[in-house]
Amino acid sequence: MCLAVPGKVLDIEDRDGTRMATVDFGGVLKEVCLEYLPDLRVGEYAIVHVGFALQRLDEESAKRTLQLFENLGMLEEEFGDPWAAAAATPEAQR
Amino acid sequence: MKYIEEFQDPRLAQRLLDEIHSTVTRPWAMMEVCGGQTHSIIRHGIDQLLPDEVELIHGPGCPVCVTPLEVIDKALEIASRPDVVFCSFGDMLRVPGTGRDLFRVKSEGGDVRVVYSPLDALRIAQQNPDRQVVFFGIGFETTAPPNAMTVYQARRLGIRNFSLLVSHVRVPPAIEAIMRSPVCRVQAFLAAGHVCSVMGTAEYPELAERFGVPIVVTGFEPLDILEGVRRTVRQLERGEHAVDNAYPRAVRPEGNPAAKAMLEDVFEVTDRAWRGIGVIPDSGWRLAERYREFDAEHRFAVDSITTEEPAACRSGEVLQGLIKPHECEAFGTLCTPRNPLGATMVSNEGACAAYYLYRRLGGPTAPKETSTVG
Ligand code: SF4
Repeated sequence: MCLAVPGKVLDIEDRDGTRMATVDFGGVLKEVCLEYLPDLRVGEYAIVHVGFALQRLDEESAKRTLQLFENLGMLEEEFGDPWAAAAATPEAQR
Repeated sequence: MKYIEEFQDPRLAQRLLDEIHSTVTRPWAMMEVCGGQTHSIIRHGIDQLLPDEVELIHGPGCPVCVTPLEVIDKALEIASRPDVVFCSFGDMLRVPGTGRDLFRVKSEGGDVRVVYSPLDALRIAQQNPDRQVVFFGIGFETTAPPNAMTVYQARRLGIRNFSLLVSHVRVPPAIEAIMRSPVCRVQAFLAAGHVCSVMGTAEYPELAERFGVPIVVTGFEPLDILEGVRRTVRQLERGEHAVDNAYPRAVRPEGNPAAKAMLEDVFEVTDRAWRGIGVIPDSGWRLAERYREFDAEHRFAVDSITTEEPAACRSGEVLQGLIKPHECEAFGTLCTPRNPLGATMVSNEGACAAYYLYRRLGGPTAPKETSTVG
């Protein structure tokens, strides 16, 4: 939950008066709120925490971080099935 | 990943380590504040690569772990109600309240749902106007702005069946409380990078000055942590105590102004109890008066629930850096991630769980050398 993951903005739309984007996290797509970074553009990267873009990030370091998270299975921890994770033994999580 | 060859950039890691080794001349104890950093340090064995003189004390930076038992019990009470859809982040499911957890409430028929974002909970409220939808709003300064925005949106869109069970915590008052403790051993802080992405660094110079401690804003990837430690050791050896930003790619001095403004609008500062530690003055946020109608504690009248914490768990001492997890008698025996006694064993970011998962320590007497298996 504490994790903030870098993602790339794919497209931006207005929903109910709120600026929302589709963001790509190494292949996982999520809806993300841009209200805290309203000038973020399509193609740019940002640090995203629980569905909110919080700070801009340059492409190179964003990609490096995503690669690291992927290698460590941390994207699965963040975006995987939380019920399965809560039910699994910690040994099985490793 | 316990060996330096497995770092993303082993040569850079080795350079940073060499510099730390050659700079340090005597013992120093520094605290990493963020649970994500604790997780990363133990997972990568960073504490074992550092010189013996550098001790990392694992601070109270896991929001799941410090959410008070009393608030968990309130959550369980609300989640058990037939008219409620209770939404939470996944890591709260197994946090033990008195006698049960959210996972159990769900199996007993409660409508408990895991969401990725608080806005998902708001959407559930829009789609289910005849149900009460409650979101469990925990976390540090990184998570508070998303929750604040969600309450703001609920009010703006007139969504009256949504409320927030709030237990937000703030880092600077915790640093102050740690430094004021008569048994404090901390000589420097690695400040939590993503908290500073939101809040900036303006709150720290006063603390660094008053307590004479270096505060180095640090990310949580292995190389970021080594760089944070390197800068901290350099300051300590020179007798300096400044605020330094070792994570500039994600932290600007002013933080995120829009998020800070929203926090000011929706929340107000309040005293907050931290699990295992007790009440820290001004260390939390609650909904401001004009948003009180969205406060789940008021809506469901659970204010009267008060709970004492069990004595066996020593997570309070762990959170204050007074003992390491494996020095607790219950570690790995009575207390495991499957059957956690305390919250620090529940979350991946809790120090006890991190030790258990990544370092197979037999018990209180296990020597340091046997700890890098697994
Ligand atoms: S090992 Fe378990 S009982 Fe001991 S301090 Fe950690 S959480 Fe508490």
